[in-house]
Order: sequence, then C-alpha cells, then structure tokens
Amino acid sequence: MGAQILGVTLTPNLMVFGGLATLSALCAVGVVAFPNAVRSALCLVVNFFLLAFVYFTLNAEMMGITQIVVYTGAIMVLFLFVIMLLNLGAPQALKEKLDFKTPLGLLLGVALFGLVGSQLLPTFVGVTQVQTTGALEAFGSPQAVGRSLFSDYVVPFEAVSILLLVGIVGSILLAKRKI
Amino acid sequence: MAWPAAVQAVVRALLLLLPVLMLVPGLIWWERRLLSWMQDRIGPNRVGPFGLLQPIADGVKLFMKEDITPSAVDRAIYFIAPAVALFPAFAIGGTMPWGPNRWLTPVADVNIGVLYILAISSLGVYGIVLGGYAANNKYSLMGGLRSSAQLISYELAMGMSLACIVLATGSLKMTDMVAAQEGPLWGVVPVIQNWFLFTPYGAISFVIFVICMIAETNRAPFDLPEAENELIAGYHTEYSSMKFAVFFMGEYAAMMLFGGILSCVFLGGHNFVPINWDGLAHSAPALSWVAGVFGNLNYYLAPIWFLGKCAGVITFYIWLRATLPRLRYDQLMNLGWKTLLPLATANFVVVALWILATRLMSESQGQTMGSILGFVAAIIAGSIIYLLWKAIFLSRKGDLLQPRDIDMVKPAVEARTVEMVDPNAGVA
Repeated sequence: MGAQILGVTLTPNLMVFGGLATLSALCAVGVVAFPNAVRSALCLVVNFFLLAFVYFTLNAEMMGITQIVVYTGAIMVLFLFVIMLLNLGAPQALKEKLDFKTPLGLLLGVALFGLVGSQLLPTFVGVTQVQTTGALEAFGSPQAVGRSLFSDYVVPFEAVSILLLVGIVGSILLAKRKI
Repeated sequence: MAWPAAVQAVVRALLLLLPVLMLVPGLIWWERRLLSWMQDRIGPNRVGPFGLLQPIADGVKLFMKEDITPSAVDRAIYFIAPAVALFPAFAIGGTMPWGPNRWLTPVADVNIGVLYILAISSLGVYGIVLGGYAANNKYSLMGGLRSSAQLISYELAMGMSLACIVLATGSLKMTDMVAAQEGPLWGVVPVIQNWFLFTPYGAISFVIFVICMIAETNRAPFDLPEAENELIAGYHTEYSSMKFAVFFMGEYAAMMLFGGILSCVFLGGHNFVPINWDGLAHSAPALSWVAGVFGNLNYYLAPIWFLGKCAGVITFYIWLRATLPRLRYDQLMNLGWKTLLPLATANFVVVALWILATRLMSESQGQTMGSILGFVAAIIAGSIIYLLWKAIFLSRKGDLLQPRDIDMVKPAVEARTVEMVDPNAGVA
C-alpha cells in the first residue's frame, strides 16, 4: 500500500515522523544560523516543542509533556527573559569577523557528524519497514514512569533531587549576600 | 458509531472551540455591564437590547480600524506574537470534559490530563513576552518581563495545588477527577458528592488555584503586565486593530477555559449540585422519583451546568476586578513565592496524611472512623505547619511585606523659583 520512496513504504506514521523531524532539524539549524538572539531562542523553543510531539508519536506522552513543561515552559522562558534583560543591540552588532574559527568549527562539526553517522547509519542499511514491535502500550504512562522512579531507581532519584536542592541553595547564596 | 477516528477528533475539537469562540463576545458584554453596575455606572446599553449587540459593533469596528505597524518593530515576531498568544488559550481545554458523554468530550482523554494543562498554560507566556519584545517599546518590554516573571512564579504554586488533587484522585486524567468527585462525601455521606472543594485539603488547594489562575490569565488584581497607569497598555501598547483584538480574545478565552478547569477539578465538573441522586434514591426510597428526574436532568443537560459554572467563575473574576486594587510588584512576588508555594507544598503533605489515615482506618474500623481520623490528621498537620510558619515569621524582624521607602518630595522645601522671561522683551 501507499507510495514508495527509496524502497520504503510511505505509511502515515512515517509521514508524521518525517514532517516533525524535518521541521525540528530545520529549527535546530536556525538556532545557530540566526544572528538575532531572540530568534535563535525561538527556534530552540519550536525545536523542543516538536521533539515533544515526536515523543507523543512514540507512546511516551509523559516524556513529551515533561519536555514541554520543563524545557519549553520553564527553561526557555528564562532564556528569553535573560536575553531581553540584556537587550542585545542590533543584529549587526553580533556579526563576527570571519577568521579561522568558523572553518575549524565547520570541520569539527562535520567530523562529529561523520563519527556518529558511521556508527548509527549501517544499522539502517537495507531497512525498508518501520519496526513497530518493542515498546509496550503502557511503557511511557505516568503510572509506569512513577513506579520505576520510586522503586527501582529511588536512590538515584533522591540523589538527583538533593543535588538540585543544593544547586538552588547555592545559587541563592551566591546571588543574595544578605538573606 | 463507526466514524473514522479523524472525523471524531475534528467533531470533538469543534465542540470545544466553537462554544468558546461564540461565548467570548458575550463574556465581554457581561464584563462591561457587570463592572458598570458594580461601579455605579450604566455601561454599554445603546446597541441592541441591554447593549447585547455592543460586542458585535466593537468587533466590526476593530476589523475596520487601520492596522498600524510601527516602523521600528521586529516584524516577523511582531506578527506571530498574537497567534502565539491565542494558541494556548484555546488548546488548554483539550483534556477538559464538559459533559458525561465520553464520545463527544474531552477532545483527548489522555493519561496526562493535568500535566497537559500545566504545560499548555506555561506556553501562554510566549505570546506576551514576544509581543512585548517585538514592539521595540520600553513599556511593552517592561510588560513582557513582568509577565514572564509573574507566570513563572505562579505556575509552581498552581502545579502544587493541582498535584494535591492528583494525589487524592490517584490519576492525572481529568475525567477520573470528575468521576472521583461523584463518590460519597469523604467516603462517608452517600447523598452528597465528594467535590474537592468540600474536603479540607481541597479547599486550600482551591484557594491557591484560584489565585494562581487569576495571575496566569493576567487579570486584576494581577494585571501588572498591562498596568495602564504605569505601562500605558503593557505588552500590547503597539498593537492595533485585529492584532490587538486577537490578544484580547486570547485573554478572554483563557479566562473561560481556566474557569472550566476550576469547575472540573474542584467543583464537580458537569454535575449540577453536589447531590448524589442515585445515593439519595437508595437512602430515601420515598424520594426516588425526584432523584430520578433530577438525575436525568443532571446527565442530559450536563454542558449547561458546566457552562453555568464557567459563567460563575467569570463573574467572580469580574467581581474581583471591581473590588481589589492592583498589587505592587514586590507584593506579587512575595505572595507567589513566600506564601502560596509553601502553603501548597504543606497542603501536599496534608493530603498524603489524609489518604494514609483514611485508608488505614477504613481497613480496620470502617469508613466513618477513617474519615474522622483523616480530619484529625489534617487538622494536626495544619496546626503544626501553621505554628512552624508563625515561628519563621517571628524569627524575622518585621513583616514580610515591608512598606517600601519612598522619598516624598516636599514642595515647601524643594520648591524651585522659576523666573519668567518674556521672550518678546528685547524685540520692540
């Protein structure tokens, strides 16, 4: 059924994933490409938001919504807040002079991409169908996540929460001399 | 009902969106009339009966107005900001059930219902922040900054107050929350429904949620982002015509849908009154026909009761706007971080104790003893928390809401003498 591209059957799932992945990749490029800091931040917001939808398509609603709450809703709002407080000037002010850093950065980027790709892509050679086995229906449900967080991984979970608490107290101490 | 899932989804979405879209003008009319009445004015009464057609006239006027785009704005962001502001205002109702028929509502009964609401409401800040930034106007920027700080602060307390109800229900689904409120009150009184407003922890959560809800929708007395005596109109100072109207509509839609969420989580959702008609028929067989009639009314007219509750919440919003003066910025922050968040966190402990007490006691002694123990546990926990709170307050010097020092100008001392110069003195 359906059209075929490069020998892969075009299912609705694949189309949804393709659209989301393309858009989020474009946004990721936009984050580094835009000279305007606010637009970069906005691209990152859209990227996080679309990633959440990728999680939704993988039956991991909990994960996706946490992504929106934490990254899109809290962290990026703070980013924007800081950018607006700094009130960076016109986009021209941000243009750097072309020196060895740009080509070197590009080269290193391509190298990293090649390294990751050489490990990942061979697995997909000859694959023509999306595999839909694996994750259970209730794999990403709040119940399943909660149960594993508070039974199997309770020590790391509590350790992380203490770490965060220490971080909060420390930042308040640094920011505020008189408490 | 073998409709394709896509058609069903579209029908559900439309059944949520269209009523909201249609009721927003009515809402604006109701706000203006009620506010006028509370302020001893007349309000809009010329267009149509009781001025009912005034919102339509306003809408036409807004369409016809010249759409001015200031030259110094960041164009792309300036144009998308109103749309970004409108999206969460409508999307927030996605998991909200407005009737008992699960085939028609909610749009998506996902297992993350409440988290979805928190996530979408946290996106509401973007429209305001972007509008404030893009306008390239100091007042707008101040409005945007205030709004983002305010929303971040109140989101936390709102999340905690909802978490209490999640703990009590044992589910994140909105439909489960409504179902849990149809049970007997405190697990004991079969005739009355267990609306979370009537439980000790729910009442505290309710108050916190209402305050946070008003702050999230930027309404008086938390309307600092658009405080007109300080910031002209805040984030939408530079917006005119339809783009302004979109911001306006987003605000009202958000008010209404937050009203719906409040009704679902604390006020029994689509149930008319907190009476369990089946329970009544069971405990008083003589009244069973009354219970039957009202039970049917309760079931078949559910959306009307739900909308009625929304209207009640909106009336409360307007009443607050007419009553309370705007908070000062430091008061707003102190209320959010130093009062509501600790209170909501403490309430979380109280809920846990309540659940523990009722479950433990119910197993050995029966429901009634369980509820009594729950009340005792809640009261003890509440008093311990209150005493701790008092101790913290007393250990400080002075009040948390300190009056700010303002250097008053003394005209008698600082009066300048201005010499008047006649510009035409040397001409003639």
